Amino acid sequence: MGNALLEINQLNKSFGRSKNIVHALKDIELAIEEGELVTIIGPSGCGKSTLLRIIAGLDGEYTGKVTLAGEAIKGPGIDKGFIFQEHRLFPWLTVEKNIASDLSLSDKDVRRRVDELIELVKLKGFEKAYPKELSGGMAQRVAIARALLRNPKILLLDEPFGALDAFTRAHMQEVLLEIWRANKTTMIFVTHDIDEAVFLANRVIILKPRPGEISAVVPVELPYPRQKATPIFQSLRLQVLSRFEQTEEFAFTEGAGI
Amino acid sequence: MNEMSHYAIEKEKAPGKWALAGLALILPAAVLVLWQLLGQYGYISQLLFPTPYAIAASAVDLAASGELWQHIQISSLRALTGYALGGALGLAFGILIGQFRRAEKLLDPTIQMVRMIPSLAIIPLFILWFGIGEESKILIIAKSAFFPLYINTFLGIRNVDNKLYEVARVLEFSHYKRIVKLIVPAALPNIILGARLSAGLSWLGLVVAELIASTSGIGYMMSDARQFADTPVVFVGIFLFAILGLATDWLLTLLERRLLSWKDRFTG
Repeated sequence: MGNALLEINQLNKSFGRSKNIVHALKDIELAIEEGELVTIIGPSGCGKSTLLRIIAGLDGEYTGKVTLAGEAIKGPGIDKGFIFQEHRLFPWLTVEKNIASDLSLSDKDVRRRVDELIELVKLKGFEKAYPKELSGGMAQRVAIARALLRNPKILLLDEPFGALDAFTRAHMQEVLLEIWRANKTTMIFVTHDIDEAVFLANRVIILKPRPGEISAVVPVELPYPRQKATPIFQSLRLQVLSRFEQTEEFAFTEGAGI
Repeated sequence: MNEMSHYAIEKEKAPGKWALAGLALILPAAVLVLWQLLGQYGYISQLLFPTPYAIAASAVDLAASGELWQHIQISSLRALTGYALGGALGLAFGILIGQFRRAEKLLDPTIQMVRMIPSLAIIPLFILWFGIGEESKILIIAKSAFFPLYINTFLGIRNVDNKLYEVARVLEFSHYKRIVKLIVPAALPNIILGARLSAGLSWLGLVVAELIASTSGIGYMMSDARQFADTPVVFVGIFLFAILGLATDWLLTLLERRLLSWKDRFTG
């Protein structure tokens, strides 16, 4: 065993009981090093969100071992930052108070860190805005800042840009990479978008459904910043796509929401 | 070049603030005018239905003698004390019971039982216990104010979005922070609704308490006037309650607008 930041051994999880049992995750083996940005990709129902929620400590009742920095995961906490598909900001708090949440902005240290993060996620001028006044991309940036304020050991993102339009999404990917470069935060990013997966990751992990198993791991050794329109990017994208098709018994069509 | 046609989205002209206030006054003003005319031309009994003018005159008299202000002050203080006591307890129990299913099973049935007992039915008991002093009145008012705040706080908390609870878990909110930063703000629309209903019932409780056993306050002024068949003073009391109730509600609506400015909602 190495000393990876996150280690998952023999992870199995099933839903339901007796006859209607659904094997959500089967024999997952995964090690993630500090500073990595790993994307997990798979069709709906492959268990990718379940896997992320187990790492976050939000879902329990599994068999196997999941450790973060050598310690078993006991429940959710600030060391495992989580970004949901919806921004989940508190609608009654302004941007800066949402980032601080339970911490007090009158604490000098918190104030300074919140200001830095607002700068980092490019929300200067919106400190006092309420969530109802923000666009989807801005709200999601606030959610990311809220998680980063707590210096998580790992940041878990569950299809965070899934509800955004294509332009905002591309912009958010850039913002996320910038944050990753600046903070060196370890990230696991769940998505169903192949472009997004290849654009962001050091490693793309492909899950296949029923039961949810890792079907392939594709390392992406392209230097950042990456250009989606280059032949080398496209060849990597095709590589991931072909892995997908190999392992999927169902017809894979582009734009099928996968 | 084609001739460009301009389309503007027809927007309904929004009525001004004063126009809306005027709208609210049309009905009461019409009733008052009709009432005055009917009384003046002898269609209704002046003894049972003194004209608005006679009522206003007796209000001016009462105000000039200082008696009116004294009654208003005493009644308002009672209503406010009872409201504060009952409302605070209702809020506290609502927050407690809203959070814990066990507390609900333990306490809610009893509370609902007490709710079903009419205030009028406990007054004799309270008078036996506390005499006709301030305690019995304030307790009657507190009992009235307790339930709307309790029930609405409870409901508000049970309606908090589970997704935000999950966020509170991920962010490791302490129990106290969970109440202050999540539960109370999320339930605030319901809590304020409860506060408004409680305020209304506080005035109601006050009237009940003062009419039955009292030596001061607006209710006393009214029952005293009834004994001397001084109908205008009875009407002054009725109008006073209407005005005080309305003013309280208006204050609470202002508070609501301030506290709920974050809400993105349909405004009609």
